[in-house]
Parts: sequence; structure tokens; C-alpha cells
Amino acid sequence: MTPDPPIVSPGFVGRRRAGSATLPPGQYLTEDFPVLSAGPTPTIRLDDWKFALTTESGDVRTWSWSEFRALPSVSITTDIHCVTRWSKLGTVWEGVSLDTLLEGIPATASFAMAESYGGYTTNLPLADLRDGKAWIAFRYGGEDLAPEHGGPARLLVPHLYLWKSAKWIRGITLMRKDRPGFWESLGYNNYGDPWREQRYWGD
Amino acid sequence: MSKDSFVDGNAAAGALLSVFSIDITDADAQCAACGNVAPVARSRVYAFEPGIVLRCAVCEHPLLRIARGTGRTWIDARGLTYLELRTP
Amino acid sequence: MAGTTVLGRLAWYVATVVEGRQETRTARTLVLNVPSWPGHDAGQHVDVRLRAADGYTAVRSYSIANAAQNERVELTVEELADGEVSLYLVRTIAPGDPLEIRGPVGGWFVWRPAFIEPVQLVAGGSGIVPLMAMIRTRAAAGLQTPFRLLYSVRTPENIIYAAELQRRESEGQGLTIAYAFTRATPAGWPRPPARIDAAFLSEAALPAGEDPACYICGPTGFVESAAALLEQAGYDPKRIKTERFGPTGGIS
Repeated sequence: MTPDPPIVSPGFVGRRRAGSATLPPGQYLTEDFPVLSAGPTPTIRLDDWKFALTTESGDVRTWSWSEFRALPSVSITTDIHCVTRWSKLGTVWEGVSLDTLLEGIPATASFAMAESYGGYTTNLPLADLRDGKAWIAFRYGGEDLAPEHGGPARLLVPHLYLWKSAKWIRGITLMRKDRPGFWESLGYNNYGDPWREQRYWGD
Repeated sequence: MSKDSFVDGNAAAGALLSVFSIDITDADAQCAACGNVAPVARSRVYAFEPGIVLRCAVCEHPLLRIARGTGRTWIDARGLTYLELRTP
Repeated sequence: MAGTTVLGRLAWYVATVVEGRQETRTARTLVLNVPSWPGHDAGQHVDVRLRAADGYTAVRSYSIANAAQNERVELTVEELADGEVSLYLVRTIAPGDPLEIRGPVGGWFVWRPAFIEPVQLVAGGSGIVPLMAMIRTRAAAGLQTPFRLLYSVRTPENIIYAAELQRRESEGQGLTIAYAFTRATPAGWPRPPARIDAAFLSEAALPAGEDPACYICGPTGFVESAAALLEQAGYDPKRIKTERFGPTGGIS
């Protein structure tokens, strides 16, 4: 029922900077950091926080907060792209590379499921977590990661749409066979490459 | 004060109406997880296009998940035991 | 009017701004003419869609402020610090401009003239808007259904519809109003600035024993605490209807 031609709101530009050639298709630039969640923000005490890596054979390796924070961390400066169509450039994070967490773990799996406090899940090819492409981030913009942005720690896989960067991460399970996560089971693209605009099934 | 980004079910009435063509916010819904029965308007809605999640106001379990792509809409209603609609 | 939202698919209407009326320093009422508008119930809202020249769109929900009257729809919008849609509606859009709206929507948080029980309204800030539609609908129908409004607002200058509320209360038709000022009060006000609490409620609200229908509208935190206070004071939870407004990412 959209009128044709579309009705343009005179003088409306929205909360964005002018367009830029460095943005993936269909994305708009934002200056702030919208809070997007599919559920309530869980309250996680650092004493209770755990990160568990489960292999395809069921072996579990867990890190407490202090063990996790004792791992070498790196600073990451990256653009992020949300499927709700905003992109934010040059965001600065600190996190532990998945390469560090996966080191020495014998893995014949090809896929991974990220799992969050609160029940959210998202699936990725294991290859997309390796080779300096993914981190468990615990600082954003020089501050401890705020709960509404996924703190104490979230997955950061910035080369894919942001729904893959699970907030409130509590574990990753390696899988021989792929399974869809929370949104991937309901129309969202299984891979989610913003540069190929893979928003939905079949994109 | 809650920092959560949800609104009431009634705030999503427009989106729900455009999906279902009838107003379900006035309908009673039973949560498949905890059994609570309440109008859809009382559920907590996390709505960020293209995804909408309606959660039980008591146990936070998802009642209804909706994703909307160009020309396609996906609905997962596993979290609902039933919906009681008011029919004219 | 009841049940209009049940019929057919929901269409976007192209409304025209007839008038903009500044209500407070930060709130503005837009009077819209909406050709073939089907009418609405008090408490319902509309989705507003803005579109920039490059195709960027933003959708937000706003409560309808007026009693149903032909093709007229009034929206009262409070500007939010970084609200891209509210800033446009409060500061930029001008009479004669088009505005796309969809609705009316929401069949639960509504009051209809046929409802005979006493009504307790609780507003936080711009949460007054759908409750004002109820007050106006009751007046337009010439009814004297007992209505009690508790209106929590930062300062006297932040009261939306101040003059009209005062006039309607003074008409003696069964509408009574109690204000809770949270930052600054008028001179000589008996209660220091404070949020609505149990003491204020027991003094100012319709007694729970009268079993009023309760409508609460405001920001999420306000609604949570007001609903909890009413429940603790013995009001029937099933008769408490709430409308929280908070951030949404534009649900179209």
C-alpha cells in the first residue's frame, strides 16, 4: 500500500552522517551505538562468569573471569555493521582473540555455535572465528563493556552482521554439522556477510 | 530503572497488525514455558527490524518470534500454547 | 469505531499537517487531516513513517491525543535528546507538509464511552497523551463517568494541556486531577518535589475499594513502579492496563 512515488518527508535527514563509499550496500552511518537486544539484559557477576569451549567430542574447557583476563588481549579497531541498517566506523575494542582460546584444542569441526547468558545463540563457520577475525571483547571505547552492549564480554566478529557478535557470551560449541542459531532459524541469513548484503535466507 | 530495550505488546500493535491482519494485542496468550495466560499487550516486545521478539512478562521466554524480509515474513509461535482471539 | 483495526490489511495513510501547536517548551501537537481515516478509540496509537530523500526511513509509534472526529488526528510529541523522529516532528515539520501514518492500532489500552466503571488514570510525563484522548472522548460523549488523573511531571512548565485540564476539572463533570511534581513545584505547593509513592497514592487515587479501571502510561521505569504501587495498594492487577514507551528500532 506504499504510495507511489514514495512520500518524502521535507527536511528529514535522520540521525546520520552523509553517505560514504566505505559502507556495505543498504547501510547508513550512525555516530552513536544503538542498543539492540532480542531479550532482557542479564545480570552477570564477574565471580559467576564462565566461558566454556566445548569441542565436537564433548570435551569442555572453561575459563573463569580471572583466568580469561589473564590471557593476552589485543586492541581492535574496526567498522561494525548491523542488519537493522546502521554501520559505525572505527570502533575501538579490547578482547582476547579466538585464536588464543582455540589454541591447542584439537578440532575437526567446521562449525561453531556461540551461546549467550539469556539463551541467545548464533552459528558461524569455525574458519570465521580463526586467523585474527574474531575476539571475545570486554572493553569498548576504553571502558569496561556496558551490560546493554553485551558486558561483561561479547563475541566480536565484525566482518559479519552484528547479530553474529553474540552479546553476554558464555560459550562456544564446536560442531561437525552446522545448525542454525536464534535468528538463523527464522529467516536471517546463515552466514551474514554485509558486503554481499546477506540479510535473509537465500540472499 | 530498567535499561532494557523492551516496550509493551501494545506498542508493537502496528507491526503485529501488518503481519497478522488482525489485532492480536487484545488476545489472551498462554506461555508454553510457564503457563501464564495474559493479553499479548502485556508481553514484552524487543523490536528491531527485521526481528521482533515477544516475551512472556512473567518468565521472559519467547512467545512469538517474527522476522521480516523484503516480501517475506517468518513466524515462530512455538512459545505459545494458544492464542484466544476475540472474534466479532 | 471499535473493531476498525480488525478489518483488512493495515494501510499507510498520507496525512497533511494542518497545524502545529506548541504545548510546552519540548512538546508539540500536530493536527493532521487524514483522508478516509476510519476513526479511532481513545488510547490507540499510530505508527509514523519518515522518509529521507535518499530512501532512509524511520518508523515510531505515537499515541493519538484527540477524541475521534472525522478525518482529524492529533499527535502530541515530546522531543527526545537524540530522537531523530521526535526532533523532526517537534521542530521541523510544518503546516502543509505530508506525513505518513498507519493505524489506528492497539485494541487493549483503550477506553470507550460504553465503559461505566470509574477510571483511575496515571500519567508520567508525555504519557498523558493517550489518557488525554480518554478525557476528551468522555467529555465529547457528555458523560460523567468518574475519572481521576494522577499526573507526574518534572515541573509545572512541563504540564502538557495545562489550561485545558484546568478548565475541564473546573467544569465539575466528575474529572479530578492531582499533580506530583518531581523536580520543582509551584510556589506554596504543599508537597515537596517527589515521585508518586504509596502515601501520595492513598491520598490522591480513587480508593481500591471502588475497583476502578486503571490506565498507566509513561516511560518504562515510571510504569513499572506505578503499577507495582497500585498492586501493593490492593488494586486488581487484571484491571491495571499499562503502556510503556521506550526505544524501538523502527518497526515497520
